[in-house]
Amino acid sequence: MSFLEYRVKTAPAGLSKFLYVNWALVVLVAAVASVGFLMLYSIAGGRLEVWAEPQMKRFAAGMVMMFAIAVVPIWFWRNMAGVAYIGTFVLLVAVELFGRVGMGAQRWIDLGFMQVQPSELMKLALVMLLAAYYDWLDIRKTSRPLWVLVPVLLILAPVVLVLLQPNLGTSIMLLLTGATVMFAAGVSVWYFIVVAALGGAAVAGVFFTRDTPWQFLHDYQYKRIDTFLDPSADPLGAGYNILQAKIAFGSGGWTGRGFMQGTQSRLNFLPEKHTDFIGTTLAEEFGFLGIFSLLLLYLLILGFCLVSAMQNRDRFSSLVIIGIAATFFFFFAVNLLMVMGLAPVVGVPLPLVSYGGSSMLMLMLAFGIVQSAHVHKLR
Amino acid sequence: MRRSSRDSEDAARAVNRRALLLGGAVLALSAVMGARMRYLQVDRAEEYRLLAEDNRVSIRLIPPARGRILDPNGKLIADNEQNYRVVISREDAPDPVDVLHRLGRVIPISEADFAAALAEAGKRSPQPILVADRLPWEDVSRIALNAPALPGVLPEVGLSRVYPRDTDFAHVVGYVGAVSDRDLQELEEPDPLLRTPQFQIGKIGVERWMEDALRGSAGHRRVEVNVTGRVMRDLDRKEGTPGRDLRLTIDADVQNYVQTRLGNDSAACVVMNVNTGDLKAVCSAPSFDPNLFVRGISHTDYNALMENDHRPLADKSVQGAYPPGSTFKMMTAMAALSAGVVNPAHSVRCSGYLEIGGRRFHCWKRAGHGTVSLERALTESCDVYFYDVAMKVGIDRIAEVGRRFGLGARHDLPMSAIAEGIMPDKAWKLARHKAEWRIGDTVNAAIGQGYVLTSPLQLAVMAARLATGKAVVPRLVHAIGDEEQPVAPAADLGFDPAHLAAVREGMSSVMNSGRGTAHASRIVDETMLMAGKTGTSQVRNITTAERARGVISNDQLPWESRDHALFVGFAPVDAPRYAVSVVVEHGGGGSLAAAPIARDAILRAMSDGLPPLSAYPASQRPRIETQHEEMPLRPPEGGPPVLIRA
Repeated sequence: MSFLEYRVKTAPAGLSKFLYVNWALVVLVAAVASVGFLMLYSIAGGRLEVWAEPQMKRFAAGMVMMFAIAVVPIWFWRNMAGVAYIGTFVLLVAVELFGRVGMGAQRWIDLGFMQVQPSELMKLALVMLLAAYYDWLDIRKTSRPLWVLVPVLLILAPVVLVLLQPNLGTSIMLLLTGATVMFAAGVSVWYFIVVAALGGAAVAGVFFTRDTPWQFLHDYQYKRIDTFLDPSADPLGAGYNILQAKIAFGSGGWTGRGFMQGTQSRLNFLPEKHTDFIGTTLAEEFGFLGIFSLLLLYLLILGFCLVSAMQNRDRFSSLVIIGIAATFFFFFAVNLLMVMGLAPVVGVPLPLVSYGGSSMLMLMLAFGIVQSAHVHKLR
Repeated sequence: MRRSSRDSEDAARAVNRRALLLGGAVLALSAVMGARMRYLQVDRAEEYRLLAEDNRVSIRLIPPARGRILDPNGKLIADNEQNYRVVISREDAPDPVDVLHRLGRVIPISEADFAAALAEAGKRSPQPILVADRLPWEDVSRIALNAPALPGVLPEVGLSRVYPRDTDFAHVVGYVGAVSDRDLQELEEPDPLLRTPQFQIGKIGVERWMEDALRGSAGHRRVEVNVTGRVMRDLDRKEGTPGRDLRLTIDADVQNYVQTRLGNDSAACVVMNVNTGDLKAVCSAPSFDPNLFVRGISHTDYNALMENDHRPLADKSVQGAYPPGSTFKMMTAMAALSAGVVNPAHSVRCSGYLEIGGRRFHCWKRAGHGTVSLERALTESCDVYFYDVAMKVGIDRIAEVGRRFGLGARHDLPMSAIAEGIMPDKAWKLARHKAEWRIGDTVNAAIGQGYVLTSPLQLAVMAARLATGKAVVPRLVHAIGDEEQPVAPAADLGFDPAHLAAVREGMSSVMNSGRGTAHASRIVDETMLMAGKTGTSQVRNITTAERARGVISNDQLPWESRDHALFVGFAPVDAPRYAVSVVVEHGGGGSLAAAPIARDAILRAMSDGLPPLSAYPASQRPRIETQHEEMPLRPPEGGPPVLIRA
């Protein structure tokens, strides 16, 4: 369906658009963000101005942007997909070339009023481009090798750039998100099975040849992989952080140690306690009930997104919502698995809760797209 | 691009199918996460709660104040003083090296300290960096004044040991020092206190051997710490028990007088109470300042002490073992008398030598003494008399008597490396040298030469036992805390009082008869008359060549080849109170070098202040007065030594 086929008249116009916003989703997003404010207030030792207040301001700005995007028709955003992808790609190349010298820290680009990580924006741009691609592509061609190769290249290009930064967490997320959109678009499962099998064989090959004359990697590279996979092998480095995180997590028990009573975070035993490891503080202070409730909130957000995607008969809208939901899922899944010691530490924030601007900004933009698709769906 | 609505319906259904699959996958992974949460927070909650507690709570020891050491009158010998040191806390100092440089402009830091702190600052460790120790108060206030410019710089206060009577008690009391790895290895279960930073333990002397009483036990406080180990707040605290104060038997003023009297001679002097065994003074000269060791002695100072041929670090009073020379003659006499081989009236003819087995054993007086009785033999220290009776009684009985008087046995005092000495007999020589005992060995031993070795402490005990006839045991610790240490009643030695009286008679004549070898060092005050015996012990063999050239005067020999001068004695003669022994290494003759010191020391012990001039023979009084004036003594209230009439 091209945008000419939208029955424009049935779409709400003007202020009435706000009636069609998915308010449940807005409330859920605000609820999750509030959990973040509460935790940031607690970690700062009961001070608002350290982390909670800037985070609130950013969230408010994000809300405004979300609504601004929501009232713009979804077909406009679909047409912007290519521009967004190319623009973000240029930014990625720019930080690769100038980020180091010009702006001090790599990965960041200074927009004057705020700093953004182009790799975060790429998560959204990639989802939009792939959704637009499958919206444009003849459905019958979806699984043909040549037409599968195109999105694969679209995914791999930014993945390689981000990997060079180096940012393993974000590149894995880009890869998974892209694959999810392709899967949702109906690409034959055989491709996924074959890729998974090949990947598995490659990993197995790397490990089985270890300690033989034919080993693929150097010994020190194997050692690095060892500590990455099993941080307890390096108890003073990476292992120390993950052990402290598990202690914080576990010591919460059923109901937690109480608001602002978490000793692990208050006494600085927790690393990155206000960013990547904020979930452990929640688990420590509010226990199983607290962290499980957060997981339920996240699942509710996913649920509302999926329902909205399934109700939407516009292909671009469905795919973009599924892609954004996938990004969101990978955010919290990787983060929680990481702090619980089930996944290697790769530096992925807890979405909407961790202190930080880029991922928050990107997520609010993404939810704006979701809302736009929801408001302007075929009725 | 156009497509049929049928196609789009199919596509939408396909997307929905896949979306449901994805939703299923999400739920499955979420179930894994939920299960993991439950596992960590419910199943293993207890374990992690304990680990969190372990992180949070740290148990800090509170070091107890070390017990002080005092003299019987409560004068301080070892004390604790507040010690300011400055550390840099890494947590508050973003750049410790920079802070260190800035600190160096505020207070003077020695080059060595600065280098050590710089090395410490380069390490990654949560411990604070110690910059300087024993800061004067002005430096502490200067740091406080500049606090804003010195982030993380903290003055800390602790207790450290100080010896206000520095050189006087260096050998007796010893000193404390940092706990070494060897100290820890020597203990089976070291007190955790020993591992606390800056903790000091007794290294030698009373400080070491009374360590258990002095140390006390640590208190502890439970504190909440953050990840860098900084204390956030106290949870609870339990005070420890401070170490117990020790009162020594040694009188600080007598000790100071005797130590000053020994001066820079390489000498030792022991004064003890003959009835209780209480040691009044135990001195070894030259001495050193134990405070240097507490603060960490510099290489220069240490090398100077090590290279000094008078060996200031050695405690000659209890560690030194010297041939007793003629001071041993009382033992030979007591052995001969108690064995019944001679009676007090027995006489021997001295012709200047005694020929035994074709070898001549000379008397110190070449011309000979003529006919000598026991009294005269002691008074004039006739060697031939003792050669003769020793051959009659035999070495084994002499050794047995010597041991009863405390020779060849280690007196148990809380001091370091107490010498056992040697009281040789036939079995000893067989075991030690794998050789038969020869008659010449007996002759040598009879006058305290040859194998016999004794420490000044043993000689003082011997004198005390001669004076009382009782097995007096030396005692150094008067009281631990409030508990006075009991004085064991001395058992009778079991000698015939008549024999003891005869020997004491001889010892009295040594000083009070005009022919006595120590007549010049007599006490004239009737109430304090002194008895004693001089001794001169050879430290080398006189070669035949030297003998051929004639007797060489001691003064012509290099210092380290000269004879040791010895003296033992007690006073007052009628009712003895104190015994004394003096050894002056390479001092020459006992009557000239040792006896005057022994008289001064025993007089000082019997008086409240300086020895009264009236106790000295009139002709010596002006000289003694000058001697008093030139002695830099410590004022009774403590402090640095001063000249009394300066």
